[in-house]
Amino acid sequence: MRLDRPDERGRFGAYGGMFAPETLMPALIDLEGAFTEAWADPSFHSDLDELLSSYVGRPTPVYHAERISAELGIDLWLKREDLAHTGAHKINNTVAQGLLTTRMGKRRVIAETGAGQHGVATATACALFDLECVVYMGEKDIERQALNVYRMELLGAEVIPVTTGAGTLKDAVSAALRDWVASVASTHYIIGSVVGPHPFPWMVREFQKVIGEELKRQLEVPPHVIVAPVGGGSNAMGIFYPFVGDEGVTLVGVEAAGRGIETGMHGASLGEGSPGVLHGAMTYMLQDEFGQVLEAHSISAGLDYPGVGPEHAYFKDAQLVRYVSVTDDEAVVAFHRLAVTEGITPALESAHGLAWIIREAESLAGQTVVLNLSGRGDKDVQQVAGLDG
Amino acid sequence: MGEAMRETGRDRLNAMFAAMRASGRAALLPYLTAAIPTFEASVRLFKAMADAGADGFEVGIPYADPLMDGPVIMRAGRQALDAGVTVPVALDLVARVVEETGKPVLAMTYVNPVLRRGIERFFNEVATTGAVGLIIADLPADEAVPFLEAASATGLGMSLFVAPTTDDARLQAALDLDPAFIYAIAEVGVTGERDDASSNTERMAARIRERSDTPIVFGVGISTPDQAAAAGRHGDGVIVGSAIVRRVIDAGSAAEAESAVASFVGDIAAALA
Ligand SMILES: Cc1ncc(COP(=O)(O)O)c(C=O)c1O
Repeated sequence: MRLDRPDERGRFGAYGGMFAPETLMPALIDLEGAFTEAWADPSFHSDLDELLSSYVGRPTPVYHAERISAELGIDLWLKREDLAHTGAHKINNTVAQGLLTTRMGKRRVIAETGAGQHGVATATACALFDLECVVYMGEKDIERQALNVYRMELLGAEVIPVTTGAGTLKDAVSAALRDWVASVASTHYIIGSVVGPHPFPWMVREFQKVIGEELKRQLEVPPHVIVAPVGGGSNAMGIFYPFVGDEGVTLVGVEAAGRGIETGMHGASLGEGSPGVLHGAMTYMLQDEFGQVLEAHSISAGLDYPGVGPEHAYFKDAQLVRYVSVTDDEAVVAFHRLAVTEGITPALESAHGLAWIIREAESLAGQTVVLNLSGRGDKDVQQVAGLDG
Repeated sequence: MGEAMRETGRDRLNAMFAAMRASGRAALLPYLTAAIPTFEASVRLFKAMADAGADGFEVGIPYADPLMDGPVIMRAGRQALDAGVTVPVALDLVARVVEETGKPVLAMTYVNPVLRRGIERFFNEVATTGAVGLIIADLPADEAVPFLEAASATGLGMSLFVAPTTDDARLQAALDLDPAFIYAIAEVGVTGERDDASSNTERMAARIRERSDTPIVFGVGISTPDQAAAAGRHGDGVIVGSAIVRRVIDAGSAAEAESAVASFVGDIAAALA
């Protein structure tokens, strides 16, 4: 069963909670209060709705991808989050959290970013609300998503390279949390996915569920299948949540199989991980036998994360959503295919969703399938060009 | 029944705090990451610190994603992990430190290694080393109950945290859970050296003392003899971490690390006396 909200301990069943250093706990509790109050306040909703329509460009369209549908023998629709301002679903969350930051009277914002999309979306919200913005980004991601680094700087944000660990998303989240432990009085942490300690997974889900709510209105009949890539899980949560438990609708989350599950170099936390505590929440994560966090691997910076939002862990155990994975190579093939058949370059994250659809085309024959096209691929063009040599 | 009750870890920890109170000074509890630069050199470092006047120790079990730790302890943890210091190796080191120094030893970890092992089994393994207790850096009182239960089952003394940001209701809730001591986080921020003495210790101690007699140990940001002495005036113990760890990881050799750490710990012990 879908839960309206986590329980009083911040749990979705066994998952979630607040495993945070004591220094942060009062801020997390304050945030829960501020969010609960804002979310019950019609004026917060009207401010947010106005921004979502006139600034973000919502509702985003649903596009019937006829050429690729014909090729695959399915009826494929794309929920065009790539057309939202700044090019991905991340802006839904950052505009809302930016509004909340102002309401809480904080003037400084920190964020982590992997693909750079959340960093850009946070920098954008900070420009809009006149907030100081610091974004932590892993060294390796700074290299592979260079375009977004420059965009963040253009928007007035400071990008701090993170050199610990593998220099990817996990390390960026940890660095942001360490900053927050020191700066909590003046600073709000705009986390970029449905991860972290309570209330973040719940709050970010509430800010992203607009994707699925729109889709429900936009389609005359519900689809058979909804597919979304899963990194931390925010775009998938956003499109799935309003459909969870709906009869006849299968929800499929696609994780990164990286170089292949069998190589151990992947980001399939739900598929291959086990329950543990990462970044303040109990969830599925990649870890060794002693509970040390393992590095994830994916061509896609946004899916290169050894954990996942706790509500997805709950959905997995309750079998409300099916979680699968596709490899780097399959994602790159899908990236090219959408470009040439539909004139749309997807983010490599979103290309994972399409890759699963392509692989499963036969079993999906004749069905209506919606792919959450979580972002556009401009940021990835250089990386893919490099692969093509 | 009929057997004499064995003294538990928590009993021994209490005895240390009682002795310190009787002598009118705070316990000096150096923190050092387990098994750096090597296992045997690490044992010698702890012995040297015991000889230099440490009253007990906090031994850090290296963790891959230590959210409460600044760059120095992170680097030490990474070095240990790369050298193969797994949780069992770190616990072996704890046992050796207990054996060779005879001092009360607290093991410090993050929550996930405990959960991975199973709470009961992990606490049993820590108790077997002869350690007196356990500090779990990312475990707030709100999630602590199953861990406190395991602590009482195994006789280990577990701390709960109070930070400068902790309000009265949270402080009371932590005390109500009857921790073996309060780990009072002296600075808002992660572990690491600071230029100035904490301005929070007096007020934090007063707030705790108003409500309870639970021992108070200050940690985070205490990095000089003067700072230790200042915090020691308000608490039952002080933990000095990054300043010691840095002397170990920056040393050119194990022998150099030993003498640097011994003289530094000696200076702190003198300041606390
Ligand atoms: C376009 C796009 N899709 C998906 C993701 C993965 O994040 P999440 O699973 O939270 O949606 C990212 C993250 O950077 C992204 O930029």
